[in-house]
Amino acid sequence: MGLPLPSKVLEHILSFIDSNEDRNSVSLVCKSWFDTERRTRKRVFVGNCYSVSPVTVSRRFPKMRSLTLKGKPHFADYNLVPDGWGGYAWPWIEVLAKKNPLLEEIRLKRMVITDECLEMIAASFKEFKALVLVSCEGFTTDGIAAIAATCRNLEVLELRECIVEDLGGDWLSYFPESLTSLVSLDFSCLDSEVKLSDLERLVSRSPNLKSLKLNRAVTLEGLESLLRRAPQLTDLGTGSFSAEFEPEMFSKLSKAFAECKQLKSLSGLWDVIPEYLPALYSVCPGLTSLNLSYATVRMPDLVGILRRCWKLQKLWVMDLIEDKGLQTVAMRCKDLRELRVFPSEPDLDDVSVALTEEGLVTVSRSCRKLESILYFCVQFTNAALVTISRYRPNIKCFRLCVIEPFAPDHITREPLDEGFRAIVEGCKDLRRLSVSGLLTDKAFEYIGKHAKKVRMLSIAFAGDSDLMLHHLLSGCEGLKKLEIRDCPFGDSALLEHAAKLETMRSLWMSSCFVSFGACKVLSQKLPKLNVEVIDEMYPPESRPENSPVERIYIYRTLAGPRLDMPEFVWTIHKNPEVGVSNLAIK
Amino acid sequence: MDEFVNLKATELRLGLPGTHNVCEETEKVSCNKRALPNSDTENENESSKTETFPPRKAQIVGWPPVRSYRKNNIQTKKNESDHYVKVSMDGAPYLRKIDLSCYKGYSELLKALEMMFKFFVGEYFEREGYKGSEFVPTYEDKDGDWMLIGDVPWEMFVCTCKRLRIMKGSEAKGLGCDV
Repeated sequence: MGLPLPSKVLEHILSFIDSNEDRNSVSLVCKSWFDTERRTRKRVFVGNCYSVSPVTVSRRFPKMRSLTLKGKPHFADYNLVPDGWGGYAWPWIEVLAKKNPLLEEIRLKRMVITDECLEMIAASFKEFKALVLVSCEGFTTDGIAAIAATCRNLEVLELRECIVEDLGGDWLSYFPESLTSLVSLDFSCLDSEVKLSDLERLVSRSPNLKSLKLNRAVTLEGLESLLRRAPQLTDLGTGSFSAEFEPEMFSKLSKAFAECKQLKSLSGLWDVIPEYLPALYSVCPGLTSLNLSYATVRMPDLVGILRRCWKLQKLWVMDLIEDKGLQTVAMRCKDLRELRVFPSEPDLDDVSVALTEEGLVTVSRSCRKLESILYFCVQFTNAALVTISRYRPNIKCFRLCVIEPFAPDHITREPLDEGFRAIVEGCKDLRRLSVSGLLTDKAFEYIGKHAKKVRMLSIAFAGDSDLMLHHLLSGCEGLKKLEIRDCPFGDSALLEHAAKLETMRSLWMSSCFVSFGACKVLSQKLPKLNVEVIDEMYPPESRPENSPVERIYIYRTLAGPRLDMPEFVWTIHKNPEVGVSNLAIK
Repeated sequence: MDEFVNLKATELRLGLPGTHNVCEETEKVSCNKRALPNSDTENENESSKTETFPPRKAQIVGWPPVRSYRKNNIQTKKNESDHYVKVSMDGAPYLRKIDLSCYKGYSELLKALEMMFKFFVGEYFEREGYKGSEFVPTYEDKDGDWMLIGDVPWEMFVCTCKRLRIMKGSEAKGLGCDV
């Protein structure tokens, strides 16, 4: 009845909408809304770089200023995806350089990016401001130097947990003296020492610098000098926090920290010597985020810090904190929202630290805002899980890793089915769940039934049969990403619920009993998905139909089969005569 | 294709690599069952939970799910200055523990082992291994493989050695002992 909304008005309204989820909804209303929305979207997020082609994205969003891309599946973090699988940034950079020269920000996660790509970024985007690479690989410090040297308005350069071929610390000196716009610099994953004087000068001429994350090679002395030049920092990652204890150094360091009155987030602290920890005391009361997960100090020293951090919202720590240390956290950090406890001994052997399920129970009881948990522990009980769910129905992310596969409730020796049942029944807003320990198909019946809002589910060494997958795929209404390893299901549940896969972003299965034949059938049933069989042992075409494959990665895509598959990746489209496309990888 | 039927390597099973291969593991150590650290644990309760899980040397790819970046960057709670490893000897009733960082090289280490367990190690030859003794000093490396002590440079050995075992008699033959 009414007149259509003039696009200028709609544009204005949309300028207030940042959330891409909302914008995606807007774009579904009608053609003109789709059109107006797409012309105004500035920040674009692509959760799977193979789900859509760069050209499509570039065309749809001409005003794009920021692009976030994710490449390899999550289990690549744990070496389950062979090298050379894919996730190349080049095809994207190539297109964007031509079509979206006003791009300002690129954020990549688990992608392969080469120096050539980095050079292309530096050369093509005149207004380039921000490069954030998370868990990426394929480049050297030369590529970083190109960015430093050429991007005159660079504000953000963050390399987080990347695998970089480190050719030396010279890259830092490529920042020109004229560059004064830095807001955030993170080179914590690089090995080589940078020239301190270059770093000092860079920091001194960057009045907007808020976040600085140093690498391990920066010494305590270096840190002190940098802090003096940047007391306005809100986010600091120290270098190596270790040196032979000298009272003079200690008091200089304490003073420098005391001047950092806006510090909210602290990380790094590699090799930390307990004697130097008290230098941090002055900033503790202001901290909202503390990452001690590389700090190999014992519980008493940790407690000294933590009891002063009463505003803490996010805490990452190693199991060296022990149950006792978590008691302190429970008592003092009433604002805690996120807790991650990592294993100090990442191998299966020699886990012998006094961290049990009690630690997590204690924190869950006392910290009312706790909503995100990642907890590595040798043992657990159903009772603990039930208690946690009772006290914290507000949990949104629950990732429990019982380090021993198949470990039952260590008191009753029963599976942890009932415990996880309590979690999914009680925590109605649960978005992300990782399960572990001894679990039967029953656990998955509960999860399928109750975990309605879970979007991402991670499973390993669990279940008894196809029933487990049946429960998950016929339930879990909100499921978008499912990753499973070493579980004993075969083809039937997967084939029966093939349609479910079209509602999900991706499914990863490795070391399960799904056969090559089933993969072929799935591929035929689901033309809108890429069904990738990833098998290093045998070229998939040589396999008999009923032999199980090593890994399967299935994902929705508008882009069709990818052109850059290595020989150990097979999809139904693959023509064995065609080699890997040279265009795709550079 | 029949060749797939018997390929154990591709056989999919659950459980840690090695759980079905416990036999294979014990074949290696059949001369001395006591050498398997688990075999003596009487009770299966929490106090020895890390011991009861068979077999300890099993390494599963990507488990526990810790990013390689983190694995590579954690300096373990052992100080860099000490490096204790367990030492077992076939036939000896209990294990010992030594600190590898106390020794500057192989000859010091071997002398210490000889004194500790009252035996003589033979002479080391690069090709033939140890000759002149029924005892052969071996170690388990980070990959779970049993290696002959002395083959790699000392520094590499200290970094990759997880435990030592002094093999005896026929077991030793496979590793180049010339008895």
